[in-house]
Amino acid sequence: MARNVSTRRKVVVTVVAWTIGILIFFPILWTFLTSFKSEAEAIASPPSLLFFDWTTENYFEVQSRSNYFRHFMNSVVVSFGSTLIGLVIAIPSAWAMAFSPTKRTKDVLMWMLSTKMMPSVGVLVPMYLMFRNTGLLDTRTGLVIVLTLINLPIIIWMLYTYFKEIPGEILEAARMDGASLSKEIIYVLTPMAIPGIASTLLLNIILAWNEAFWTLNLSAAKAAPLTAFIASYSSPEGLFYAKLSAASTMAIAPILILGWFSQKQLVRGLTFGAVK
Amino acid sequence: MNLKTFLLGTCSAVALSGLAQAETLTIATVNNGDMIRMQKLTEDFTSKNPDIQLEWVTLEENVLRQRVTTDIATKGGQYDIMTIGTYEVPIWAKQGWLLPLENLGADYDVDDLLPAIRSGLTIDGKLYAAPFYGESSMVMYRKDLFEKAGLTMPDAPTWDFIADAARKITDKGNEVYGICLRGKAGWGENMAFLTATANAFGARWFDENWKPQFDQPEWKNALDFYVKLMNDAGPPGASSNGFNENLSLFQTGKCGMWIDATVAASFVTNPKESTVADKVGFALAPDTGLGKRGNWLWAWNLAIPAGSQKAASAEKFIAWATGKDYLKLVAEKEGWANVPPGTRTSLYANPEYQKAAPFAKMTLDSINAADPKNPAVKPVPYVGVQFVAIPEFQGLGTAVGQQFSAALAGQMSVDQALASAQQLTEREMTKAGYIK
Repeated sequence: MARNVSTRRKVVVTVVAWTIGILIFFPILWTFLTSFKSEAEAIASPPSLLFFDWTTENYFEVQSRSNYFRHFMNSVVVSFGSTLIGLVIAIPSAWAMAFSPTKRTKDVLMWMLSTKMMPSVGVLVPMYLMFRNTGLLDTRTGLVIVLTLINLPIIIWMLYTYFKEIPGEILEAARMDGASLSKEIIYVLTPMAIPGIASTLLLNIILAWNEAFWTLNLSAAKAAPLTAFIASYSSPEGLFYAKLSAASTMAIAPILILGWFSQKQLVRGLTFGAVK
Repeated sequence: MNLKTFLLGTCSAVALSGLAQAETLTIATVNNGDMIRMQKLTEDFTSKNPDIQLEWVTLEENVLRQRVTTDIATKGGQYDIMTIGTYEVPIWAKQGWLLPLENLGADYDVDDLLPAIRSGLTIDGKLYAAPFYGESSMVMYRKDLFEKAGLTMPDAPTWDFIADAARKITDKGNEVYGICLRGKAGWGENMAFLTATANAFGARWFDENWKPQFDQPEWKNALDFYVKLMNDAGPPGASSNGFNENLSLFQTGKCGMWIDATVAASFVTNPKESTVADKVGFALAPDTGLGKRGNWLWAWNLAIPAGSQKAASAEKFIAWATGKDYLKLVAEKEGWANVPPGTRTSLYANPEYQKAAPFAKMTLDSINAADPKNPAVKPVPYVGVQFVAIPEFQGLGTAVGQQFSAALAGQMSVDQALASAQQLTEREMTKAGYIK
């Protein structure tokens, strides 16, 4: 029986949801609006919300000063590359932990997560030296490797929880029918876990797209992704808020659009198995 | 294959091999107006040196510092030219991380560099970095507000005059604050200003035996004066204001005075950005009659990391970017007011520059008045006006800055802030082996 929801309750819930939504979205909206202001209007106090001289000058300036396309391509290669490689490694390992756990599985999972608890800067110098010695500094390959390693624990954890929801009997039945291990994973497990895999994929692309510490520290000119593009417009001496906003808008637009089109998948995956 | 295709193919092959031969210099630089201008003008350099190509990595100051320090300390070799400050140059040169610049060319005229700036970049008689632009600090004030209050700003004001004027100008009801000063914690933020100001009050960071001096009366006077003045005549929330926050307050007409980097002069007098562009006057940083003015000295310099494979080309570029002809090039393309200031004596003798930049004389006087080797009234064991040129200072300066920022915010008293500054500095200096 459907619950009887009063109109008043509906209104309250809607208002609260919209308020929270707008609060969360406001910084992005403000960045977007600022990117169309002149530098003087960007710092004006009180600020004007919509009624100012809209200008696209900042975008032209940013475009003329830096090679957006190169940074964009680097971001695409690094975030998609690291996520796909991560999935290839994570699917079998999550399968192992979900369907043939041992005494130590919980410890292994915890240990993997613990690597995320260490502050990145703590391993900066050893990583930097390894990258220097192997010639990986300022290469896309190097960034793909480091981001794969960083996001791997999250990918495995997410997949592990999705796989746990899948009844082991189905896999057993496949085995009874003579499916080999690789066939079992590719043809039986993966299709059933598609929503979970899709949301893991999307979330990790977003995480890798936004990762700023390693991408800034291990790249210089050739492999620098969009994080470096934004960083080049920040300045402690001189006000470039409007240009910085334009650069930020250009950097987040692709991932925002991707998120927009895939939000159904994302929500479905994130709440997968939450309600029984 | 017809002849046309063949010719096209040959041409592109030749062009490609030409590209392959060109040497690419990767230059790490800060994001400020002068540097961005240089990036736009590099065609002049590449047309004169077709065998050299330039690749720019522009970063925010603090990110840049972290990046280039990691790279140079591990000999990563990602950059062929680095933009570094006067704080890094002596430390890095002593570590053997920088190449001395000995082949800048016959017409470079090293003697034309401003002596105060040059001395900070010279170690054992060798120049380790070439200054791209230099700055000091000075007072910027609103002539209209001074006139209204019946005040006249002297060329070389005292702190007492500044404090008195600030209190008179303040009109909190109309959001006009007498004085805007840095309060945000950080060795390059509030501590740059406070260390330089403390010099004018006779204070110093360390005595000749590296013993911290925050327990001395001079520091108490300086910090007391600053906190009281900011409480009476400063903007609200001053403890989170740095250069940019004060710049935006001043440009929107909310500050009567602002004491900060001379580079700000070109921003506040730019009618495109500033609502008070035609009402700004300049004066030297204030003193207290003890013989030292609280003005700092800073320059952004170009240097070559030791072990660079492309040192010859890099030096060619540095000679171009910091040479006299570059100043002329900027003047031709963008006007004299946009020439990078604070590096060459000849620029300040140029009548056209004097005409275009009303702040030129004050900038030069401020830079000349700073003495990094003898920054304080009493003798000190260190070099640096608004910093102490030892590797530990970044951490120390920021930790002390947090105490002083807390005192400004009213979270602790001036005495408490000084006591904990003294304690933490003593601890760090003992750990680092300065205090035996």
